[in-house]
Amino acid sequence: MEISVQREDFDAAAEARRLTEGRADVGAVVTFVGLCRDEGGRLAALEIEHYPGMAEAEIARVVEEARARWPLMGLRVIHRFGEIRPGEQIVLVATASAHRGAAFAAAEFLMDYLKARAPFWKRARRADGTVEGWVEAKEADDVSAARWSRA
Amino acid sequence: MKAVYFAWVRERVGKAEEEIDPPAEVATVADLIAWLSRRDEGYAHAFENPSIIRAALDRAHARPEARVAGAREIAFFPPMTGG
Repeated sequence: MEISVQREDFDAAAEARRLTEGRADVGAVVTFVGLCRDEGGRLAALEIEHYPGMAEAEIARVVEEARARWPLMGLRVIHRFGEIRPGEQIVLVATASAHRGAAFAAAEFLMDYLKARAPFWKRARRADGTVEGWVEAKEADDVSAARWSRA
Repeated sequence: MKAVYFAWVRERVGKAEEEIDPPAEVATVADLIAWLSRRDEGYAHAFENPSIIRAALDRAHARPEARVAGAREIAFFPPMTGG
């Protein structure tokens, strides 16, 4: 299982371990975990909405592209939805390869593309109980994704 | 065809999904946005700035000029903010 879109939390260390279980040819594992920030105490929770079916399909397309670009020996992507509180985990990307270069690059590519393409939307709830509204997409995220585009 | 809406597009339209039956002259994603935005104030509000609306045809991203004929499901939503 490479891709999960789920409400439940995940164990990043266990997921990373699973990529190397029973094999000795992996030289590098990169694990990235995206967390919910408290925005200086203002944020009570994020509510993450997603497009069931397309979220998995879009992540699968991004994974396929990563596999075509780098010699990956294993890979795991988990993206949560529902209510997530400050300090909690939102997203996991883990990549395994023979060497660190491919594992680092593929993990960063996967995160940049997930942010730009996977159908998830965050809404912020403030500590004072009010709903702050939908988080706006950052132009910087599109720029991060675009730098991987081939000329 | 089934139309599905997410995030603030869903809130402004006032529903998560519906069956739509656009006339034959509605050929592209952009045409469909223009057609929907004429329905009522909620749709007009949701689609007031078509350049920031994202669309997907059968669960794959689609550009405004993409043709909608044959699609079973079309989705409209704001720019993604996952990760």
